Parts: sequence; structure tokens; C-alpha cells
Amino acid sequence: MNFDFSDDQKQLRDQARKFLAEKCSPKAVRVVLDGKAPYDSELWKGLAEMGFLGVAIPEEFGGAGAGHLELCVIAEEMGRANAPVPFSSTVYLAAEALLIAGSDAQKKEWLPAIASGEAIGTLALFEGKGNPSPKNIKLTASNGVLNGVKKPVADGAIANFAVVAARTGSSGRDSDVSLFLVDLKAGGVEMRGLTNLDPTRGQAEITFKDCKAEPLGAAGEGWSILTQVLDRAAVLCAFEQVGGADRALEMGRDYALDRIAFGRQIGSFQAVKHMLADMYVSATLARSNSYYGAWALSTNAAELPEAAAAARISATQAFQHCAKNNIQVHGGMGFTWEFDCHMYYRRANAMALGLGSLSYWEDQLIDRMRKKNAA
Amino acid sequence: MNFDDTPQEAEFRAVARAWIAANAPKQYEEELRKSSLGRTQLKNANILEVAKAWQKKKADAGWACLHWPKDYGGRGSSPIERVIWQQEEGVFGKLSQLFIIGHGMCGPTMMAFAREEHKRTYLPPLASGEKVWCQLFSEPAGGSDVAGLRTRAEKDGDEWVINGQKIWTSGAHYSDYGILLTRTDPTVPKHKGLTMFFLDMKSPGVEVRPIKQASGASDFNEVYFTNVRVPDHQRLGEVNDGWNVSLTTLMNERMSIGAGVATGFPELFDYCSSLMLDDGPAIEDRAVRSKLANWAVKASGLKYTSMRAISALSKGERPGPENSIGKLVAGSMIQDVATYALDLQGAAGVISGPEDAEVAGRFQAMLLRAPGTRVEGGTDEIMRNIIAERVLGLPGDIRVDKDVPFNKIPTKGRS
Repeated sequence: MNFDFSDDQKQLRDQARKFLAEKCSPKAVRVVLDGKAPYDSELWKGLAEMGFLGVAIPEEFGGAGAGHLELCVIAEEMGRANAPVPFSSTVYLAAEALLIAGSDAQKKEWLPAIASGEAIGTLALFEGKGNPSPKNIKLTASNGVLNGVKKPVADGAIANFAVVAARTGSSGRDSDVSLFLVDLKAGGVEMRGLTNLDPTRGQAEITFKDCKAEPLGAAGEGWSILTQVLDRAAVLCAFEQVGGADRALEMGRDYALDRIAFGRQIGSFQAVKHMLADMYVSATLARSNSYYGAWALSTNAAELPEAAAAARISATQAFQHCAKNNIQVHGGMGFTWEFDCHMYYRRANAMALGLGSLSYWEDQLIDRMRKKNAA
Repeated sequence: MNFDDTPQEAEFRAVARAWIAANAPKQYEEELRKSSLGRTQLKNANILEVAKAWQKKKADAGWACLHWPKDYGGRGSSPIERVIWQQEEGVFGKLSQLFIIGHGMCGPTMMAFAREEHKRTYLPPLASGEKVWCQLFSEPAGGSDVAGLRTRAEKDGDEWVINGQKIWTSGAHYSDYGILLTRTDPTVPKHKGLTMFFLDMKSPGVEVRPIKQASGASDFNEVYFTNVRVPDHQRLGEVNDGWNVSLTTLMNERMSIGAGVATGFPELFDYCSSLMLDDGPAIEDRAVRSKLANWAVKASGLKYTSMRAISALSKGERPGPENSIGKLVAGSMIQDVATYALDLQGAAGVISGPEDAEVAGRFQAMLLRAPGTRVEGGTDEIMRNIIAERVLGLPGDIRVDKDVPFNKIPTKGRS
């Protein structure tokens, strides 16, 4: 049994960590946090040069052709560094949708541009409140023209293209949904940035007005493709969350060692020690669930739907738990803008919602476990 | 990343599987499968006898205590082979619970500290289950604070005279031997005046009294020592170095990887899959699903954490510290799972008799046994201290009794 990353993959993780420590310091994250830039474009270029953006994109489409385990270890480091770049929307959502359902021409148009850092992509799925569901998709598509409003769309205001979920039928079944590919710079769209929990990753409203679009995948297959994309993104996001949870735990641990109160290190008080031990427990459970997700993702296993939901839930909980209690360990200082704790708290809670909330994934997990048991 | 055996591992697995298929006591398989925490017993057989027979059979064929040297009754297997054996042994492994303390703690301590002739005499029958061992550490005045124990051992010629009381001794009522931690010098700080021995539990002056637990069952005992004489050659380690000897024992307790900790989740998922609530199947109820999902990811998280440890063993590496979370997570989880399973039964959840209760009262039994799980072998709080100190590197607790002679440490909170 070798349920672990290979030495090469671990080396790639170290390389990514070193690169991000240099290029993505908390100070750099704060430039975006403070609204001075919509994202860190220098870092984005650097990620492209390192080959990280296209690590799982096949060589024929301009990527490194490594694989998803490699992408997982990079994702973990992106989460640890709280990187203020449109990595998850471009790489986990848009690129994965293209890889699953894109025609050769579509892949040739966009995947090399993603790998080189020239194109930012996203998925336009949500329309206001609610979790992923065919019922919640109102935006219409007819004769290759889209009409409707999507929000929130992650990184929507800076994206060059979007994968858009549209209603193309009214049977009440999943097959009412089809996917479209939209060049956001070609007209017919209005983008408006939205104030959101985590300013280091933008959210937008996109209004489509008689917007020209080309189908992505077969008509009526939209929901089935989306489900696959969300599962794959759930595993990749879980690695970001695991990285973020570990960092928040480390910050709390370090502060508990440095801070003196009542004449001793606060990390010597059991109330504080036990809080940190519990953070370690949830981070460890999340990491192990995510490893299983990585295995299923990289081998396209039949277990992927269940593994992805478990990784999603576990990693979401762990990041929220660690980010929240990191502030608690820091006390009042943790609640200042000046300390970095809130950046992880914001990221943890925004990420908990991005692919659908916990209750959605809980439901998915139980459905999938039942299906497996019935099989 | 994969879950595949190496060719050697696959070969070992095939041999183990074939032997188990041909030799395991299959007549008890179903009953063992259905048994869960708080209720591992057989209806028409004495579980101790069945367990001993299975252990002896394994020993005769070279399948007992796989990781021990052959000279001492083992197989000389690698750690990963031991894990593969446990996986293949499956539900029949539940029969080994009676030997866990002996095989997991007493044996390794004997191996590290006993004289060679004693190892050759005592270890093979321990491996084969013909002799059962217990561990006599905890006392009324020393639970989590083991080093606070008061049982005295005083030298008299070539012998030591033991007086005092132990408590929470698992299986003492059917044990043949025990390892015993005593105080040999009360005038020095508590960790520095302890000495370890092993002894025959049938020695004159040893009295075992079963404790009736909160669950009603009796797994543990009080053991009283009145002028019990133990020869000096049964001393394990140096005089007054018993604390270091005990650390070896306790370290082995926490090395038991791959045994799989009970969480109650598979039982609850099964139960909810067939249970009908007032307004439909439980498994379709939103609240039930949310609870199940949250426990599902804990159970799978533990499972894959142990897979990571096994992978380290497979590569010949030492597993990381992540396995230390197992008991802490599973202990409170099984308690919560049991509480919730009863909640789903409404008023009928109160019925615990196997004849009348839902699913033969398995969740009621679980509920009543669970508090013990969170205490035995290190309380939840001690486990959190261990994680905080040894994994995260946080400071140890401030110990006000550390440098005080043992006999000067206060013994009462309020007078």
C-alpha cells in the first residue's frame, strides 16, 4: 500500500511552498485585501512561469501534463499562502469543464491560454440564493444566445471567459440544463464587482443580454458535466482548505508559544492546549479524507463522488474550525485588521460556500453512500 | 498513490487468507460480526474458551504475535505483515481483545527488560494465549497521574514484599500473570522512586475483586496485595527506574496501528437505512442525513489516517503522529452515535433488554460502555495533552509536585 504522495510530488509541494513564501507574503495578499488591485497579477504570471497553472493540462494543450496529484499538492500550498489569484475558478472549474466536455477546438482556444496565464476563466452557475440544483437555473439559452443574470460568480469581474449553466428545457429533469462557453470580452455581458466576505478573491454579478455563446458539451448534458466538475473541484478546493487549516493551526501554535500571560506561555494552559489539539484533530481528519479524494480524482475511480463529498465536508469543517480558533488563541489581537488571522477566517468561510454549502454536500454524501450500498 | 499490495505483501496476504479460511471458528463469525462495543459475547459458548482455542491454533501454526521473534512465540514478521494479518483476520480479531494487554503491553515490556530465561519461559505461552497477562499500574490515587501510585515494594533479602491496591485492572480475574508498578522509595520525587516487577497472579496475598461498572458488566478489577512476596529476579529494569520501564509499556499501547477503532458509524448507518420514522424513512430525513454525514467523514477520516500510517509501515518508515487522534475521536463519537440512535427510537429507546430493544439493544449497550472508552488507556484530556505537547510542541503542564519528595505531596483537596 502506498497511500501517500510520491517523493517527486512532495518535492513539487516544497517548491511551490518556497515560491509562494517568496512571492505571496501576507503583505502581498494585503494589497488585494485592501482593494488596491483586483488580484495579484504578478503572482499570476509567476505561477504560469512555474508551470503551476497548467500542471494538470495535457502537453498537447500547452500544459505540463503532470496530473491531478501534482495539482493537489500545489492547491495545498495556494491555500496555505492564501493566494489572492483566480486559481480555483480558472484551474479547478473552467479548465476542468473544458477537459471533460470541451471540443478539440475549444480546448485549443482556451487551455493553452490558461496555462500561460493569459486567460482567466470561471464558472457561472449560481443565480442568487441557493445551492447547485437544476431548478435554480433560470438563465435561458436559445439559438446560441444567453439571457439572464448570474451571481455570485467567483472572479467574474476579471475573467476572460466563463462556462455558463443555462436552461434549455422545461421537462423538470436534469436534462433541462446545458453548458455554454462565453468569451466575456466579446460583448453582450455586463460585469459588476460585488463586495464579499473575502476581498482577496473577487465575486461578481454578470448580466447576459442577448449574449452569443457556443455550447460546451452536448445539449442536455449540462448537469451531468457540472456534477463531475463540482466533484473534481471539491477535491482540489479541499487541498486548499487543508493548507489553510494547517497554516491557521501553525499561527495559533506559534502565538501560544510566544505570548506570555499570568507569568507563563499561554500554550501551557490546558484550555489553550486542548483547543489547539482539537484543531490538529480536525486538520488531520481533513487531510486524510482529502488524500482519499486525491486518489479517486487521479485515478478517475468510481468512488470519486463519495470521496469528493467526504473531502469537501471534512476540509470545510477543518478550515473553518482552525481559522476560527486561531483568532480565539490570539485573543483581542486576533480580531484586528493588522493581524493576519482574519484573512484565513474570511477565506475559510467564503470557501465553505463557493461550491455549494455544507448542507448541500452532506446531502450529496448520503445519497452517494446509499447508492454504493445498494450496488 | 495507490492501495495495492507489493508483490511480497500480496503473497503474504494470500497465505494468511488461505490459512484463516481453513481454520477460523466460522460457527461464531456471524455473532462476532454483529457484536459491537459493550457487547462482545457469545450466546452458547464461553468467549474466553473460544478465544483461547483460536489463539492456540494460531500459535501452533505460527500466526500468533506475528511481530515477535520466533524464539518468543512469534513469527518475526514485519509491522506491515502484522497489519495485513489483522485485516485478513477480520471479525475473528475481536477474539484477540482478551489478549490485547498481554500481547500489546506486557509482552513488549518483558522483551525489553526481563532476563533471557524468563523471556523463553513466559513469552511463548503468553503468545499462544495459554497464559493471560494483565497490567497493574492504575491506583485509586493514581489514574491519569500514574506516577502518583502508592503500592509499596520493600526489599527483604532476595525478595520484595508488596502491599497496596491497584484498580481498573482489565482481565485480572482471568489473568495468570501481571506486570506491576510499585513505589520503592517514597522519599524522592514521585517519578524517581518506582520499580517494575512481574508476578504470578496466584501468589499468596493477591486478591482480585471485580468492579461492577456503570454499564453493569465487569471488565475491570480491584487487586489487593497483602504481604505478597516477589523474587528479585522478577524485577524489570533497575530499582527506582520503573517510570522509564512503564514508558516502554505505554508507548507500545499507542503503537497498535491498523487495529481499527470502533466508532459506531457502520452500525448507525445500517440502522438508519432501514428505520422508518413517523414521516418516512430515517435516511431521507434532512436532520438525520446531516448527522450521518458529519459522522461519516469522521469515520472515513480515521480510516484513511490509519491507511497513511500503514503506508509508512509498508515503506519501512515510522508512522507519523497522526495516529494519536484515533482514540480521542472515536471515543466521544461512539458515545454521541449511541445517544443519537436512542433518540431516533423515541420513548422506546429506553428499553435495553436484547429481547425487546431495537436491534437487540446494541446501541443501548454502546451508550453504557462508551464513557469507559473515553477514560481507559488515557482520558480524552490526557490524549489532548499528548497531542499538544508531543505533536504540536506546546509546553508541558506545570507540575507542582515534580521536585517534591513523594511523601511530602498533599493527598487531599479539602479536609
